[in-house]
This record gives sequence, structure tokens and C-alpha cells, in this order.
Amino acid sequence: MSTITFRDALHSAIHEEMARDDSVFVIGEDVIAQGGPYTVTEGVVDKYPDRIFQTPIAEAGIVGLGVGAALAGMRPVVEIMYLDFITCAMDEVVNQAAKMRYMTGGQASVPIVIRLPCGLGRYVAAQHSQIMESWFMHVPGLQVVVPSTPKDAKGLLKTAVRSPDPVMFMEYKRIYTSEGEVPDEEFLIPFGEAEVKREGEDATVIGIGPMVGKSLEAGVLLEDDGFDIEVVDPRTLSPLDTDTICESVRKTGRAVVCEEDSSFAGTGAEIAAMIAESCFKDLQAPVIRVGMPHVPMPFAPSLADSVVPRVDDVVDAVRRVIA
Amino acid sequence: MALTEELAKKMYTDMWRIRMFEEEANRQLGLGNVVGALHLYCGEEAVAVGVCSNLRDDDYIVGTHRSHGHCLAKGADMEHTMAELFGKADGTCSGKGGSMHVADLSLNILGANGIVAGGLGPGTGTALASKIRKSDQVSVCFFGDGAAARGTFHEAITMGALWNLPVVYVCENNGFQQWVRRETVAVVDSVATMAGSYGIPGVSVDGQNVVEVHEAVSEAVDRARRGEGPSLIEARTYRYFGHSPGDLEEYRTRDEVEDWRTNRDPINTFRAYMEERQWLTEREDEEIQEATSAEVTKAVKFAEDSAVPGIEEALTDVVDTAWRVEA
Repeated sequence: MSTITFRDALHSAIHEEMARDDSVFVIGEDVIAQGGPYTVTEGVVDKYPDRIFQTPIAEAGIVGLGVGAALAGMRPVVEIMYLDFITCAMDEVVNQAAKMRYMTGGQASVPIVIRLPCGLGRYVAAQHSQIMESWFMHVPGLQVVVPSTPKDAKGLLKTAVRSPDPVMFMEYKRIYTSEGEVPDEEFLIPFGEAEVKREGEDATVIGIGPMVGKSLEAGVLLEDDGFDIEVVDPRTLSPLDTDTICESVRKTGRAVVCEEDSSFAGTGAEIAAMIAESCFKDLQAPVIRVGMPHVPMPFAPSLADSVVPRVDDVVDAVRRVIA
Repeated sequence: MALTEELAKKMYTDMWRIRMFEEEANRQLGLGNVVGALHLYCGEEAVAVGVCSNLRDDDYIVGTHRSHGHCLAKGADMEHTMAELFGKADGTCSGKGGSMHVADLSLNILGANGIVAGGLGPGTGTALASKIRKSDQVSVCFFGDGAAARGTFHEAITMGALWNLPVVYVCENNGFQQWVRRETVAVVDSVATMAGSYGIPGVSVDGQNVVEVHEAVSEAVDRARRGEGPSLIEARTYRYFGHSPGDLEEYRTRDEVEDWRTNRDPINTFRAYMEERQWLTEREDEEIQEATSAEVTKAVKFAEDSAVPGIEEALTDVVDTAWRVEA
């Protein structure tokens, strides 16, 4: 094991996969200059100059070319500088990448990974801070992957590169510098396998992305209340490991679903509905969602900080679900 | 690729195959055996055939919503293509794509595309793949004149030109954007002139003349295969049918359509060319048409006899569910 950052984990995953497979290549804006804004592709140009393409600012073209290269048997790793810009390429994501296998009756495979730095980072307001996981979850054919730790980031990205179908890979900007232990040897993390990040008996907290870390912190604070929470990290939202979530909810009888995105029609809504349908008789209280209010991300730090869910919000929600 | 008598005969046959296939598809629509949108290629045969007669099996093509002709010209099997229009299990896409998504990946026909300009990015991407692999495969992006108004046209060609990719952009300018005449919604008369903005060669040819299309594309394909980058070819053409079923065709007169059918038909034009060179006897012409007619009849029979897909098929091919990695 080595202790590395989330960014380092992604960086080493890309380098390892490019060394392993000549069909893997990088494409995106500024991916050579500084290795992208988060330096994730740093050094790729030195080792693989023929497999990195620094593009004009043209997201629809970038994703479109990626889809075509993938159809031709390559494995593009696309970087979209800010997730918000993927809206410029939604045709390529939704109408081309996601549906190609289905529309061709299974002839086509589109092994594309689209890396999406997302969420509140520096205070850059409403067009540089979105999350949009639930948009992608709603599209059949897309896999939605949300690592919360350096280990998961590395294992899931390596798996994503090998996947025969499109992957929307969520990278929350505020956890790029977070540290964690990562195995030194080669490893992969299968899609559709949630991880119980903390075992407990009194309530299940399902955390998405950075909300996993906040839920773990909440777990420590809640010990003072005498509450022992279980924290489940789905790790991939599509496919979603409903078994692990339900198993935990059946044990604790209570569930809180936490995301940084807006709760309305969001990821938490899907998970809460799934729990209600599958484990209603095991529930001792209604499922509670923690998320952002249904507003665009404000600019002023005081406002932005007020809308992004915090550790306290998780603590409050757990107290309410147990009360 | 040089236009020999042998190649010309194949091209002439392919033009008839497209014409008769499309007319039959239209009849089957009337009979209710084909449903949904059906964008027919009649009148534009010289473009698909003039382009694909320059391509190898391993070259890539991406199409438009009006793509049956592209598929047949690139070598797609008529029986399975017709079965796809019928929504049958033996269709090229197992009945899941239909007219707007016919594709045969085994021939690098990446498929029709229901989004105008939707194929330009992916088509350019296949050329990027060829560049990375250092293969000499060439990609052709077919698109309509309407696509030239979309941002993806600009983005894709910018990158195709930037990286000198082996791709030929073929604009089928049939003068109409669905139910409106091009000149009422476009500011540039010739799409070919737009090539200058990207520093790539652009040429406008008579899309009713298969020889002219073939020669222009031959040069562009050779250039792409030599690694000298993309070209844009505009083929000025005309569609005999409306945009799709339900088009009242209020934007043109019957006389106009009749004039094109009578005086500028691509098959008639090519027949005259071949007769002039004594490449085609009346007898051969009859044989080609009879054989093609029989091929179409056989394709319809095949489509009729093919099973409807089992309803369980609606739930498959979303992702590859057999794929797994081990932790």
C-alpha cells in the first residue's frame, strides 16, 4: 500500500492502462499543456506522443471523434475540462455513444471513457460547478461511475478503460487532493459493486462521491449521540448495486441518501424510491434525502458554501431518521 | 480508382440496385410492411455509387438519415437490409435500428444516423483511429447540405484538418432541408466553398453524373490514403421523393421533379456514357435490370419470411452484460 492523492491515483491508472494497451489514447482540451487543469494526464505526451490529442475548444467534436475512434476499436479516454461543458456534447453522449450498441442490434461496441471534473471547486459559479449524475443515469447504455477515494478512483478508472460500453466518470474537484491508501499491485474494481465503508447498526447512510467522506465524518460525530451508522458507497450509480444497499437497510431499518447535487429528481430520489419499493416493510422511518437545494450554484462563497451539503447536514438527517 | 469497363458495369448495377430497392421499400411502406420514417435515396444514386466505388471493404463510411443507398453501395446485403426496414429478426440490426439506423459493422458501415450532422464527429473519429494505428484505411462522412449549418460540421472538420486525418467529407446537396428549399435558409450557395475555411481542398461536382463523382472522390481518397489529409466534395443532386412519408412537397412543383427525372437522371446519364464507349449493350442492360429486380423480389421474400424479434430482445444489447472484470 502507498498513500497517494485522488489525482495521483487517476494519473497512474491512465499511465498503466496506456502501457498495457496500445488502443488507449487521451483526447481533450489542454491535456498536454499542464496535463489538464488537474494535471491528471501529465507526462502522457512524453511517453506516448502519438496517443494524446490536445483539441480545440469543441466538446461536441471531441466526444464525437471519441465515439468514432471507439467504434473503430480504440479506447479513448476523453477529458471534459468542466462537466458543465458536456452539455455541448449531449447529442454525442446520448444519441451516439449510448445508443449505438442497441441501435445496431449489438454489432457496435463504444468503449469510451468520459472523465468529468465536477461539483464545487474553486468558486466558479453556475456554469463550472454542476454534477448531473442523474441526467446520465437516466440514459440507457451509459455507465455512471463515482469514485470517492483514491483507491476507488484508480481501480474504477482502470475498469472503465477496459469496459466495452461508454462510461461517464465523475471526478469531484474538491477531492482531487484528498489522500488514501492504494494497493501497489495491479487491481480492478468491478462495476455494480457497492462498498460498505463503515459498518453500523442504527441507520444506513448511502453517500455519493464526496458525501462518502462527509458521512464517515458524521459517523464519528454521531458516536457521541450513541448512534452507530453504516456508510454505503455505491461507487457506480449505473449499474447500481441494489443488493448491498438493501441488505444494509434491512439490517438497520433506516436510510439517509446523501449527494452534493440537487435532491429534486436526483440520484437520491432514485435510490430512495428503490429502497421504498424493495425494503418498505423493513423501514422504521421514511427515507431522508440530503442534497443541494434546487438552485444553480451561486458564485459568492458564502452562498455556495450554504447550498452544498455538509457533515452537519448528514448528522442532522441521521438524528431525524432515528428520532 | 481507374474507371474500367468492369468497374463501370458494377457501378451501373449498383445504381439500379439502389433505385429498385428504394422503389420497392416505398411500395412496402404503402402495404404497411415497412413502418415509420423512410427517407428514400432515388435520384441520388450517383453519389453513393460514385463514392463507394473508390473504397475498400475495410474503409469506413458513416451515413445520414437517407442512407440505404450508402449501405448497398458499400456492399451491404440487400436481404438483411430489407429485413431491417421490415423490423425483422434477420435485419442487419436485428430489427432494432430500422431505416434510420441501418448499419453493417462487418463492412465498416457504421450506419445511418437520425441526427443531422451526427455522423461527422464519429466518422472523423474513425479516421483518427486509422492515424493512431498507422493504417491506410480511409473514412468517408456522408452528410446533407443541411448538416453544414450545424456546429458539429465545423468542429469535426476543424479536427480532421488540424490532424490531417484520412477522411473525405461528402456533402449530398439535394437542394432541400426537409420541407424548405436550401436557398431560403442557407447563406452560402456552395458547401464546397466552406472547405477553404479549414484549409482543405473543396470541390463541387454534378451529383447526377457518377463519373464526375467517382473521379473527384478517387483523387480525394488517394490523397487521404497517402496521409495528405481531408477533402470536401459537394455533390449537387436531387431527391425524387419527398423528405419522408407525410411530406406534402409544397416547396416544389411536379414539373420540377419531372424535369430532373427526365433530363438529369443519374442512371440514364451513366447509361449514355457507357453506350458511347460500347461498355453496355441493350441486352446487358436488360439482364442487369432483370437480375436486380429478381434480387429485390428475393430480398422482400426474405424479409417477409423472417421472424419478428422475440419481445425479450427489447431488453438486450443495452450494454454488454456478459462483460466482467475480477476484483
